[in-house]
Amino acid sequence: MTAAATEEKAATYTPAVESLNAVLAAGQAPPRPSAWSASVTFGWRALLKIKHVPEQLADVTAFPIMMTLMFTYLFGGALAGSVTEYLQFLLPGIMVTSVVMITMYTGVGVNTDIEKGVFDRFRTLPIWRPAALVGALFGDVLRYVTAGAVILVVGLILGFRPEGGVGGVLIAMVLLIVFSFAFSWIWTMFGLLLRSEKSVMGVSMMVLFPLTFLSNVFVEPETMPGWLRAFVEVNPITHLVAATRGLMQGNPDAGEITWVLVSSAVLVAVFGTLTMRLYNRK
Amino acid sequence: MSELAIETAGLVKVFGDNRAVDGIDLAVPAGTVYGVLGPNGAGKTTAVRMLATLLRPDGGEARVFGHDVLREADAVRQRVSLTGQYASVDEDLTGTENLVLIGRLLGHRKPAARERSAQLLAAFGLTDAADRQVKNYSGGMRRRIDIAASILKTPDVLFLDEPTTGLDPRSRNQVWDIVRIIVAQGTTVLLTTQYLDEADQLASRIAVIDRGKVIAEGTPGELKASVGAGAVHVRLRDASQRPAALEVLTKILGPGVKPDADPVALTAQLSGEDSDREAAEQASRALAELAAVGITVDNFALGQPTLDEVFLALTDHPATEKEVAA
Ligand SMILES: Nc1ncnc2c1ncn2[C@@H]1O[C@H](COP(=O)(O)OP(=O)(O)O)[C@@H](O)[C@H]1O
Ligand SMILES: [Mg+2]
Repeated sequence: MTAAATEEKAATYTPAVESLNAVLAAGQAPPRPSAWSASVTFGWRALLKIKHVPEQLADVTAFPIMMTLMFTYLFGGALAGSVTEYLQFLLPGIMVTSVVMITMYTGVGVNTDIEKGVFDRFRTLPIWRPAALVGALFGDVLRYVTAGAVILVVGLILGFRPEGGVGGVLIAMVLLIVFSFAFSWIWTMFGLLLRSEKSVMGVSMMVLFPLTFLSNVFVEPETMPGWLRAFVEVNPITHLVAATRGLMQGNPDAGEITWVLVSSAVLVAVFGTLTMRLYNRK
Repeated sequence: MSELAIETAGLVKVFGDNRAVDGIDLAVPAGTVYGVLGPNGAGKTTAVRMLATLLRPDGGEARVFGHDVLREADAVRQRVSLTGQYASVDEDLTGTENLVLIGRLLGHRKPAARERSAQLLAAFGLTDAADRQVKNYSGGMRRRIDIAASILKTPDVLFLDEPTTGLDPRSRNQVWDIVRIIVAQGTTVLLTTQYLDEADQLASRIAVIDRGKVIAEGTPGELKASVGAGAVHVRLRDASQRPAALEVLTKILGPGVKPDADPVALTAQLSGEDSDREAAEQASRALAELAAVGITVDNFALGQPTLDEVFLALTDHPATEKEVAA
């Protein structure tokens, strides 16, 4: 049916008393959904938005491919002598960098979404309050998984051969997704705090660039001057890279894995709380 | 006095040094349409957002069916629905997806949510547009999907923030009909508007607000009585007949008759105590009398007072947009 024909019909619509009355009479709601079910419903909304605007997946495919190719060939020859050799070291780090960088879109998404009238409706529904944000993050997790998978495939094509096997790679990716989910609460907070999409982007860049580059992603910290090493060693990204690299290379480091899980819990506790405080006040 | 659906006392919201809502008292009887009338920037949206638990009041109190909007926000949310001034549906999603989403959030299982959505879309004449993204809807259709989303669960109180601003007359009438049906089923409707005729058509009581304050409150009849029932606008064929016309009109309609800037036009203010019907009778008597004395009338119109006239009568200024505090 053409749009014009629909308009025609819409214009001749006359509210029918009987059908509206029937709808109103049947308007009792069932018991409210659980926190989990409400969050999953918001996750479904995020999927629908990806379905309607698939271009938004370009960020999570093109960007990781570019990162992998760029750094593999840029540093491969110089740092390790051989591209394939360097790739074994670099790929886990590049995967962490790309996925953690993509978490930035969470803040931008929240910032643009929350300004729209539909958030007013969500906030007047009697549901578990964090559900809208948790659900949005569920949608983002799908993007993280996509980005991680894209990098893995590109890596395998370029000659990445993880010693940790399928199991090691999968556990490493799950760990990365868990951390990214927790880390995203920083961006939901900024998304609510800052006025414009641009300023959210700006802050994200200022945090993410030092965090990802001043780490063990590209080179081992032993090669760095002392002051830089001090920062690199407390940088959570360093621990995340060490944990994923260990898992993928077949020598998991329980200490680093625990460090990542604990810092994820702390991130959710601190930034999740701050986010909800802002969300309720907005 | 019947039960109150909404009750506010000294409600205040301040943005910086701008007192957007500056001590508003409202008492909205249950089961009625209550109109909040005011120009752009008067504080209507801010007031509605506080009542719908979206904004935290800076002072005063507000209750919805006895529940405090701050301390018992959850109980208030169980009872209210909001159709915001700007679309409160997701424009990227289709009509069906929007309604199923809200249905799921209200606790329906997917099949029940789908069934209820289909029912609502049919009742609102949107079945053909069900699978189109809302951003491709016309203005009238958007309003309807928005109201449909608000009654997915039949609310005790429905907030409609300027539901007809920007709509063509036909869509406006559709929205009016929908509001009448909803209120007849027992829902209390609080409706904000910039149009006196809209408040007059729908509301049983009206609060006029200006710069964050209620400057008049009452039934539409009481309000018009204090403002004047409107005006008769007359255009003559021949400017030289105007003094004679003025005399005839003054005799029938009283002293409120004045020549306009246009040399062939006159305006007669009708006295406020008259009902609409009496005003119409007076006007037709005046028209007949003009014809009887041989004055040719090109155009004759009976107009309701505009929001500007209401404001001129109630305050010393027309309904201008409030300056935004820098
Ligand atoms: N979020 C906000 N921050 C700052 N000022 C605001 C905000 N919302 C509204 N205002 C100001 O409050 C006043 C009332 O606005 P509003 O309630 O939107 O009026 P109305 O709905 O009657 O047009 C205006 O001066 C407006 O600029
Ligand atoms: Mg408004």
